[in-house]
Amino acid sequence: MLDRKNAPHITDPVDFDLHLKSVAVAELKNNTPVYSIDAGAEEVMSLELLFEAGSALESKPQVAVAVNNLIKNGTSKKSAYEIAETVDFFGAYLNTSCSTEYSSITISCLSKQLPNLLPLLVELLTDSQFPEQELDIYKQNSLQRLEMNLKKGEFVAGQLIDAYAYGPYHPYGKYTHKEDLAALNRQDLLSFYKGHYTNGRVKIFVAGRLPTDIFALLNDSLGSLPFNQASSLLTTIDYEHDPDKEKVHTVTNDKGSVQGAIRLERLMPGRKSPDWSALTVLNTVFGGYFGSRLMSNIREDKGYTYGIHSYLQGHLHESAWVVSTEAGRDVCPDTIKEVWKEADLLRTTLIDPEELLLVKNYVVGSVLGTLDGPFQIINRWKSYILHDLPKDHFDRHMEVVKSVSAASLKELAGKYLDESLFYQLTVY
Amino acid sequence: MIEYNKFVLENGLRVLVHPDDTTPMAVVNIMYDVGARDEDPGKTGFAHLFEHLMFGGSINIPDYDEPLQLAGGENNAYTTNDLTNYYLQLPAQNLETAFWLESDRMLSLAFGKKSLEVQRKVVCEEFKEHYINKPYGDVWHKLRELAYSTHPYRWMTIGKELKHVEDATLTDVKNFFFKHYRPCNAILVVAGNVQLEEVKRLAEKWFGPIESGTPYQRSLPQEPRQTEDRYLKVEADVPVDALYMAWHMSDRLSPEYFSTDLLTDILGGSASSRLYQKLVKEQQLFSGISCYHLGTLDPGLVVIDGKLVDGVTMEQAETAVRAEVKKIMEAPVTDRELQGVINKTESMIAFEDMSVLNRANSLAFYELLGDASLINTELGRYQNVTAADIQQVAQQIFREGNCNVLQYKGKAKN
Repeated sequence: MLDRKNAPHITDPVDFDLHLKSVAVAELKNNTPVYSIDAGAEEVMSLELLFEAGSALESKPQVAVAVNNLIKNGTSKKSAYEIAETVDFFGAYLNTSCSTEYSSITISCLSKQLPNLLPLLVELLTDSQFPEQELDIYKQNSLQRLEMNLKKGEFVAGQLIDAYAYGPYHPYGKYTHKEDLAALNRQDLLSFYKGHYTNGRVKIFVAGRLPTDIFALLNDSLGSLPFNQASSLLTTIDYEHDPDKEKVHTVTNDKGSVQGAIRLERLMPGRKSPDWSALTVLNTVFGGYFGSRLMSNIREDKGYTYGIHSYLQGHLHESAWVVSTEAGRDVCPDTIKEVWKEADLLRTTLIDPEELLLVKNYVVGSVLGTLDGPFQIINRWKSYILHDLPKDHFDRHMEVVKSVSAASLKELAGKYLDESLFYQLTVY
Repeated sequence: MIEYNKFVLENGLRVLVHPDDTTPMAVVNIMYDVGARDEDPGKTGFAHLFEHLMFGGSINIPDYDEPLQLAGGENNAYTTNDLTNYYLQLPAQNLETAFWLESDRMLSLAFGKKSLEVQRKVVCEEFKEHYINKPYGDVWHKLRELAYSTHPYRWMTIGKELKHVEDATLTDVKNFFFKHYRPCNAILVVAGNVQLEEVKRLAEKWFGPIESGTPYQRSLPQEPRQTEDRYLKVEADVPVDALYMAWHMSDRLSPEYFSTDLLTDILGGSASSRLYQKLVKEQQLFSGISCYHLGTLDPGLVVIDGKLVDGVTMEQAETAVRAEVKKIMEAPVTDRELQGVINKTESMIAFEDMSVLNRANSLAFYELLGDASLINTELGRYQNVTAADIQQVAQQIFREGNCNVLQYKGKAKN
């Protein structure tokens, strides 16, 4: 008779030995570091150029993100259309992104197409023109998108909570204002572009099934560019806090809204903190996966929300602990009450061994699932490199995840999960 | 080339096995041949509500997620108008845990009262979060009702109205389960670091004893040919006017599907597409515009939607779209345009196939379409499309009388 009541025997993932494929490091002739992972089942690859060109380095608001967006919208030889058409014709994807300290340009393509795309990339990095007409369209469309987003409680909540916690001018707390968009001008863009891209400081990350001559390809194209002309400006960023005096805020964005957007946030030490690895485990228990305390109580038992999550922000310099949810309008106060009930439980009561083993197995299992894909591997390395973490960080981190005790987690909860240190915001 | 083996259990469950030893993980994907189109018009939202209930405990196992997480696994599910798909990934050593969990769910759910009560609330919050408490959240609700007079694609998977979900009873739930969630209506795909013989043994052991069920005979009311353009004007508290235009297209298995897919890419799939270049960049009538199709199994919709630049009227915007559409009906696309969208398709398929989870999901989908081996011939079918095919399908789709226009206006801007 088949026993359907009892689970089949499992191997506890916590006993697995995980290995992160090591990253190859080389340098182009212009001293640009190249980190690479050659792996994958399909003939595809990605090439990312990461510049010290984030929003914390701009002298006027919105310049960094505008440059990052418009870098592909026209050179002296090609219009925005011709650039987009070239990328599309070779079946490639050209993505740009701008964060606080860094900005990136990424090409993802079939590996065989890379040689067709490198000349275009060189052109974008040396000869972007930021035509007035493109800037006008960008301003108009960004403004429209901002107006649209401002109608959403969750968007407004995301802006305000960081501004309360870090301060409205802090690199991690500032947000987009309409008048900043209107004030953008071409000269500011050109000068930021020249300093932070054309002559900027850059790191290159490549991953996937790499062409055998990848290094020569990169050296012949990107290797001759005038990168790294100045020393790093990242050390000059002002991270002075200016947090809000009031901890609790309620904002009405839309009188007729049927849900409230709730955000709870407190500042935390960054990833180099000795507490970090254990904190990621504590966060998983609290609100970091589907079976978390917050989800089990507030979604699966009470049905107040479609989802509730907690996470540790991944900023370079420091971090924050955030709880985020959209809950029924009439149950928002109860939702917050339940969050603190769960936090208090973690501060006062040891997590029982079964739950702790489950969380560790779950975390190890999900990490294991990311160790076979080249893009996931390079992203893990990129994050370690940017945070300046040691080479054996992965091994050390996994060791803590596997071995951390319920007593240490309770101590950490006592230290960090303190309601009085959290900003609390509900946007209706 | 994606290699797989297929066998069928006595109870009719189709099993596909796709081994890949480059990953330490195993994937188990179960696709049920039921979607929102199979719902009673008076009880919509059921297929999706049901997806939530599948996590509320099965007949022998009170909690689905816990044992899976303990084994290092993760799972999720989705419901479309056509089908419902459940998938999980876990370390391959613990593959049997997946068989134990999934077979018990197929055997029977626990049908707990509390689970139904809570999931009804959760789905109502999901409804509010995505479709009410969001600018333009009700667009698809309205556009579907406008474009479909008869076919059950009239409603969205979340349901026609909150009330249908609120009113669901345990009897409804049981009937739905025993009608649709049977081995004869399901496809099981096991992929990753697994061996064929072991999967056979586990499939026989865990799924073999489940009663087959009655094969579901689908006979849905088909949409009559539309002969007159339809218009709907909506006013809501949105900051920007939006225009949606939808035309009826062929079904997923028809030969025109591939040329239709490429047609929408050429018109509005990217920054170099025609609509974007002409209407956003050159004429500056829209701040953004895209063209795509819904990819449904029964005859679907080609949609063009865009947000208008301040001061542009709905009529100007529509006229400009129609002019672009007319061009593609009257003259063949260029060789370079065609080659570009085929190259893009090749690259998209390669990126998708990187993940074993996606490959398992695609295998299940093509098996549901009738033949899993289609997974290996798709790209060839795109490569065979000619400029003449695209012109021909454009003429069929954009013919007069086939269009549904939704004008979504901001209230302050009358």
